[in-house]
Amino acid sequence: MVIDVAVIAFAQMPNVRAETVRNEVEMLMPVIADVRAKAGLTQADIGFTCSGSTDYLSGQAFSFVSTLDGVAPWPPIQESHVEMDGAWALYEAWVKLQLGDVETALVYCYGKSAPGPLHEVLSRQLDPYHVAPLWPDAISLAALQARMLIEAGKATEADFAEVASRSRRNALTNPNAQLAWDTAAADLLAEPCLVDPLRRSDCPPITDGACAVILASGDRARALRQRPAWIRGIDHRIEPMALGLRDLTVSLSTRTAAERAGVGNAPVDVAELHAPFAPQELILRESLGLADHANVNPSGGPLAANPVMVAGLTRIGEVAQRIMDGTATRGVAHATSGPCLQQNLVAVLEGED
Amino acid sequence: MSDDPGVLSAPLIIEYPFSRTTGPVIGAFLTGLREKVLLGIKGSDGRVIVPPTEYDSFTGEDLTELVEVGPGGEVLTWAWVRGPMAKHPLSHPFAWALVKPDGADVGFLQVVDAGSPEAMATGMRVRPRWGDEREGSIHDLACWEPDV
Amino acid sequence: MAEIQIPAVLEGKELVRSVRTPARMEFLYTAGVATTRFLTGISEGKILGERAPGGKVYVPSRGADPQLGVPTTEPVELPHVGTLVSFCVVNVAFYGQGMEIPYTSGLILLDGSDLPLMHLIQECPVDDVRIGMRVEAVWVEAHELAPNLESIRYFRPNGEPDVVVTQPGAGVTW
Repeated sequence: MVIDVAVIAFAQMPNVRAETVRNEVEMLMPVIADVRAKAGLTQADIGFTCSGSTDYLSGQAFSFVSTLDGVAPWPPIQESHVEMDGAWALYEAWVKLQLGDVETALVYCYGKSAPGPLHEVLSRQLDPYHVAPLWPDAISLAALQARMLIEAGKATEADFAEVASRSRRNALTNPNAQLAWDTAAADLLAEPCLVDPLRRSDCPPITDGACAVILASGDRARALRQRPAWIRGIDHRIEPMALGLRDLTVSLSTRTAAERAGVGNAPVDVAELHAPFAPQELILRESLGLADHANVNPSGGPLAANPVMVAGLTRIGEVAQRIMDGTATRGVAHATSGPCLQQNLVAVLEGED
Repeated sequence: MSDDPGVLSAPLIIEYPFSRTTGPVIGAFLTGLREKVLLGIKGSDGRVIVPPTEYDSFTGEDLTELVEVGPGGEVLTWAWVRGPMAKHPLSHPFAWALVKPDGADVGFLQVVDAGSPEAMATGMRVRPRWGDEREGSIHDLACWEPDV
Repeated sequence: MAEIQIPAVLEGKELVRSVRTPARMEFLYTAGVATTRFLTGISEGKILGERAPGGKVYVPSRGADPQLGVPTTEPVELPHVGTLVSFCVVNVAFYGQGMEIPYTSGLILLDGSDLPLMHLIQECPVDDVRIGMRVEAVWVEAHELAPNLESIRYFRPNGEPDVVVTQPGAGVTW
């Protein structure tokens, strides 16, 4: 039997290129305070706390432990951490709530890319014998995928520009967005390539950010929030590490996760997709089975702000927020990890009328 | 220094001096590079995988049959780097590519030194350029060049 | 594990067993607001702690009160004397050490603070170091002061009688 679990609060800090004043815990504290206030809970009311971050970003081993100070982990709390995007921390919290011994969970994540060389840091996740020693950057890997998509006849550079243009236009209404502007796709297409066939506008910005979510189960969720965003399905899948073993023009792991989460069981009002590069949104739309007219990334998505370890949970938060405030009834949130959409998490959220 | 003149910042340099055990399969592949030989391994379905893996990524079965591939190869996809980053293998513009050696069924991430993007095409033939001092690492295969 | 078949072309060749994969990355570490206040104090020859709303004084403060999860904001100038609440004697040489072994690393609870500071204990034979010993900071010359903990060279016994140490956490219930 599955225990019903819902998002009952979401908070995020405004995304910025570089948070040079505050350290990680100072950056996180207001977000934690905000999300707990929105849920009407104190840390003492929270049964489980789970976070996502990577120590490689700050260059400090176990840096997440000192960040925990911002949560108030005293008296000792039930706590866990994943070296993953916060979306996977949410998954762990969802599993924990399935055990039934706690009814609430705080999930948070943060990523401060400014202190280090982000492309070098990200390359450390690749195969340590054959690939990482070459220091390939994330843009180049996404460009290899983009060209395959073009040559398979599935998309054009103009399609990428449409995604890039729409995402930043959507971001104009998102006060937390880092990049927001209104430039026509045709104008973007006229710009030179950064790493052919990708243009700068097809790539995400480098972002410092943090966000947090509170989950509650069953009647506790109903008591705390008039319209909780119920997680009706959630699943994540991973593909092989070697790029050569994968068909990069589709996302089989997303397709499987979407089937398991039940994306296709009913119409989708809103989808927030963690597609850091414009071509990847096209791959995800197909793999999720979204309709052509689907409302994708109304927040601007990762092309408007892409804090590492945060952008995935932000997608869940953005969908949940729209359900909680009644502007959407059923939404899909997606998070990714690894090069070229290697690992993917899909969640279906619904409001109750 | 930080943007905020009041907040202190300092350089923090991290060095990981890793020495990794290769195991017999990756060890054989790197031995091959040292000897200017490319190796793949037969997967459960008979496909030849390069670089060789100890297991089949789809079935989880142990793989044992190393086979020689190459030396020529084919570009499956490519990305042109106009401005190489500090740690990239080449300091002048180049292509990242998935290169499929002859006799293999999959490509692997490599560098093609082609001079200009006009010299690049999916499906083009490439040949390896070996490093002068080879010691059994991926760097022994310096890069690939167009085979025209 | 099954036997690996090596192609004939590599017969007789010495097989690679390990590979060096060094990685070096350069970061710019931001101290943050609270640690900057502490380090700026050090560069002026002062030890600044911060009092949290719950009453505890942390030194140095990373910016958060772990009891309440709120910022520490009220600066508290602390004396340069305290009590050794724990220590270890280092007998092992390690990379980047720069100290002659054996030497003593100690946790010093400055008077008026609730969080011990880690530093070197010197001017005291390692066999004489003991919990409860009263110690004082020995600073570098005024013109050498900088915003880092090396501005305090070490702590040394200050001659006051030992005190009874109550370890942090003793008697805590929740």
